[in-house]
Amino acid sequence: MNVSSQHFCEIGKYYHHYCTDGEPEAQETKEPRACIRFKCALTNTILDILRRRPGWVEVKEEGEWDFYWCDVSWLRENFDHTYMDEHVRICHFRNHYELTRKNYIVKNLKRFRKQIEREAGKLEATKCDFFPKTFEMPSEYHLFVEEFRKNPGITWIMKPVARSQGRGIFLFRKLKDVIDWRKDGVRTDDQKDETQVENYVAQCYIENPYLIGGRKFDLRVYVLVMSYIPLKAWLYRDGFARFSNTRFTLSSIDDHYVHLTNVAVQKTAPDYDPEKGCKWMIQRFRQYLTAKHGAEVVETLFAEMDNIFIKSLQSVQKVIISDKHCFELYGYDILIDQDLKPWLLEVNASPSLTASSQEDYELKCRLLKDTLHIVDMEGRLTGKEKRIGGFDLMWNDGPVSRAEGNVDTPVNGSFMANTHLGTSLIRRWQGIPLKVFNCLRHHQKCKTYFSLKSKRTGCELSHSASRVLYSCEAKCEGVNIFQLWCVKS
Amino acid sequence: MMLEQDTGLSLAIAQIVQRLKGSSLHSQLERQARGSLHKPEIKLESLKEDIKEFLKTSGWEKRLQNAVYSELNVFPSPCHPAAPPEHMKEPLVYMRKAQGSWEKRILKSLNSMCTELSIPLARKRPIGEQKELLNKWSEMGTDEPDLTLFRPVYAPKDFLEVLMNLRNPNYEHGDQPSFRNHLGLIQVPLKVKDIPELKDYFSELGLNTGQLGIDDSTQVPPELFENEHVRVGQTVLTEQDSAAAQQYVRQGCPTALRAELWALILNISNQPEDILYYEQLKSNVIQHDLLVDSLIYKDVKLTASNDDYYFVFEDYLYQVLLCFSRDTSILEHFSYNSATPPKSYIRGKLGMEEYAVFYPPNGVIPFHGFSMYVAPLCFLYHEPSKLYQIFREMYVRFFFRLHSISSHPSGIVSLCLLFETLLQTHLPQLFYHLREIGAQPLRISFKWMVRAFSGYLATDQLLLLWDRILGYNSLEILAVLAAAVFAFRAVNLMEVTSLAAAEAVLADLSTLKVMPLLQIFLFATVT
Repeated sequence: MNVSSQHFCEIGKYYHHYCTDGEPEAQETKEPRACIRFKCALTNTILDILRRRPGWVEVKEEGEWDFYWCDVSWLRENFDHTYMDEHVRICHFRNHYELTRKNYIVKNLKRFRKQIEREAGKLEATKCDFFPKTFEMPSEYHLFVEEFRKNPGITWIMKPVARSQGRGIFLFRKLKDVIDWRKDGVRTDDQKDETQVENYVAQCYIENPYLIGGRKFDLRVYVLVMSYIPLKAWLYRDGFARFSNTRFTLSSIDDHYVHLTNVAVQKTAPDYDPEKGCKWMIQRFRQYLTAKHGAEVVETLFAEMDNIFIKSLQSVQKVIISDKHCFELYGYDILIDQDLKPWLLEVNASPSLTASSQEDYELKCRLLKDTLHIVDMEGRLTGKEKRIGGFDLMWNDGPVSRAEGNVDTPVNGSFMANTHLGTSLIRRWQGIPLKVFNCLRHHQKCKTYFSLKSKRTGCELSHSASRVLYSCEAKCEGVNIFQLWCVKS
Repeated sequence: MMLEQDTGLSLAIAQIVQRLKGSSLHSQLERQARGSLHKPEIKLESLKEDIKEFLKTSGWEKRLQNAVYSELNVFPSPCHPAAPPEHMKEPLVYMRKAQGSWEKRILKSLNSMCTELSIPLARKRPIGEQKELLNKWSEMGTDEPDLTLFRPVYAPKDFLEVLMNLRNPNYEHGDQPSFRNHLGLIQVPLKVKDIPELKDYFSELGLNTGQLGIDDSTQVPPELFENEHVRVGQTVLTEQDSAAAQQYVRQGCPTALRAELWALILNISNQPEDILYYEQLKSNVIQHDLLVDSLIYKDVKLTASNDDYYFVFEDYLYQVLLCFSRDTSILEHFSYNSATPPKSYIRGKLGMEEYAVFYPPNGVIPFHGFSMYVAPLCFLYHEPSKLYQIFREMYVRFFFRLHSISSHPSGIVSLCLLFETLLQTHLPQLFYHLREIGAQPLRISFKWMVRAFSGYLATDQLLLLWDRILGYNSLEILAVLAAAVFAFRAVNLMEVTSLAAAEAVLADLSTLKVMPLLQIFLFATVT
């Protein structure tokens, strides 16, 4: 197969057409670019992405900023008395905890469910039954005891409302365990430092999770909310299934490591092997289920997950302060049980952006890049898009249809939701500047190269001189058989 | 001429009848026929015809057809009636000899490991240990035995060295290798197909035929091909026709139908007696510990457990492979495998045939990477006994050819030669360049082919590839794909200057899409 430079010219057109992910065409036409000043509270993947974004400049401590990837503690202390210009964007909603704290989401969902029951009847209200029965402690202790007595023998899980990463959680089956725990002044080691009494929730533990290879897993899915009023939410096609390292059995309730599947807890398990990677990309998970249960069953499951995302957001729509400066990228944790019913475990306002492997890093890079495209500080979007990068517009003050056309196109025929979780991601070429591409025509002049660090062998070749050749496989839509060279000077 | 054809056909028929006689299908058919006598439509005057009709309408004839088809696929056609049985294993003497000496080497290696570690080849487990293993049966992956002293008996590259040294004593090579001769590592004159023949052979992969792996991608409207293809697949499954299924999967299997289609082609129906057989094997594992078990453990821990996607199935791999090594029904395949199962003697009775046993009981010694044959199947089959049977059938039809020396067109020797010939004929500059820098292409592609690309390609792509292996009942597609991969990365490879650099260019295949690669190589290359 002879790939000539003429070939590259054709690919150039192909590339040009597809690569609209923010690379500065302005560099070619020499328009003046306003630079976007950003601040970032984290030092992981998001910082890499922000630094690499063309035209974005990091500001020092006290400088003015147009964009802040903040953490929630800063938000809590400063949001209320920080003035922001209209164009400024920040990555959290003021009272996101209505969705993310375990006791608040329960309250909001219960209230929302009642509202639906009043307005649309009992059957419709059952669509909200995706959250395992939960009781706030200590305020709902007596309600909990009543429920507990009604269902003897089932397992319950006690979770602190505010902590994440699996800390301070335990399982129990006997009321005695709870009573002891209540009387116990010392709850856990690290709680000794807490000044206030921490709230807990008691939640029904899902005893029949779906197992793959005998292991329990949960799904991490990303949802980007651009505003609550009106509700505009995007669903990311990529995500992953996180596996427990040990085999599932109910007999060892005390084995912290079996039941909690958060990667953070897995990392401290005695047999955790970081090289192993306990994650499957969600595409692989979807294919596995399709091979096992057929496409229709899987469609139903994913439609039920869509329902979870939308209902949970609707339930807090009226309480969250929908500031136009705010957007938020949520990490939803979903557990599937053996009847293929999805359950919402929790929603994270600060999903982990630290990468656990090369593949994970690439996923998070794409996720964050596409998030920034949607935030659109550069003002390039028309507002009518239904898909940007790996995000599909799931809700735009109403359901969004998968049919051809943009948001405004009227829908004919049956409605299919515009969500594609776990289907093949249409990848964009990983943003190499146009200037670089022009050098391809002169590729014969390039003498040295190194290949991208192979994820399997991890070997890198040495390169010399300032001209380096990258080879990449352009994974563009559909059949792509062209291999392209890029030169970085 | 006609007479020979007739005798050939009747010989084949006789052999198949022989093999099916006494099988469970035979007794089931008899039972069904006998049971049908009660039916009103069976009349005494036309007994034979009526029973035949009944068997047809109740689907039993189809099952018989499938069984016959299966036999035809698996067993080679009988050669001359006067040919000795070794000819069915391998007609060429020098190949048989080479296989024999390779086997001696493996056994020596195994025996020396045994003596070094003073571990018996087999021992009966004490009751306590048996109980423990039974409890832990579905989570053997949690076990962490000390395997540091065990080494795999051999790795693919050792096998490659043997293949490189194969020579036909009757063949005159001439003085110097030149462009007229073969530049590659394999130097035996076997007949391999060239591209026009491959185009013909793999005609269903052509540019004008719909394929899964190409025509089901996101922006091709499913009405154009995918929907109809799925419909046809469902029809094939309802009809339960093996031959039709084999033809169908040449264009790829829809994900939801793949498990059933493969089971249909391999003629696996998971009857109660099959489940019982598996349970029997399981109890064999519980009762006795074999040295090869440790080799299997080590292999799984080294390969599948470290794979990003297959690590989840670790437990299944033990459940399949440990039973596999005790399955004596596998010994049957040695009648058409050039390999011979190793024999071991009860302690102190060396050389006495009455005390000889095959070791391991199935006659197959695992090598480094063996567990990767099973791992992709875990994606499709979740019930251990069915998974086991599918794997066993895949092994005795295909995988065994990848690590035994034979002249069969799907044997590893022919695949290597096919790969090298394709590369030398169609990318001579690349081949020459790689050879000059000491990076013989086969050194890199050998491990892909020995493992049937398992662990190198993304799972969905691998399954699409294995669809075609089943569809064409041949492994030649592995060699074609290997050549296609080299062709795809030819431009990079022309720039490298060492074997290590070439390895690096070809280290990561997980992003490749196999069907477009195959199509381009076969149908879009100018010959």
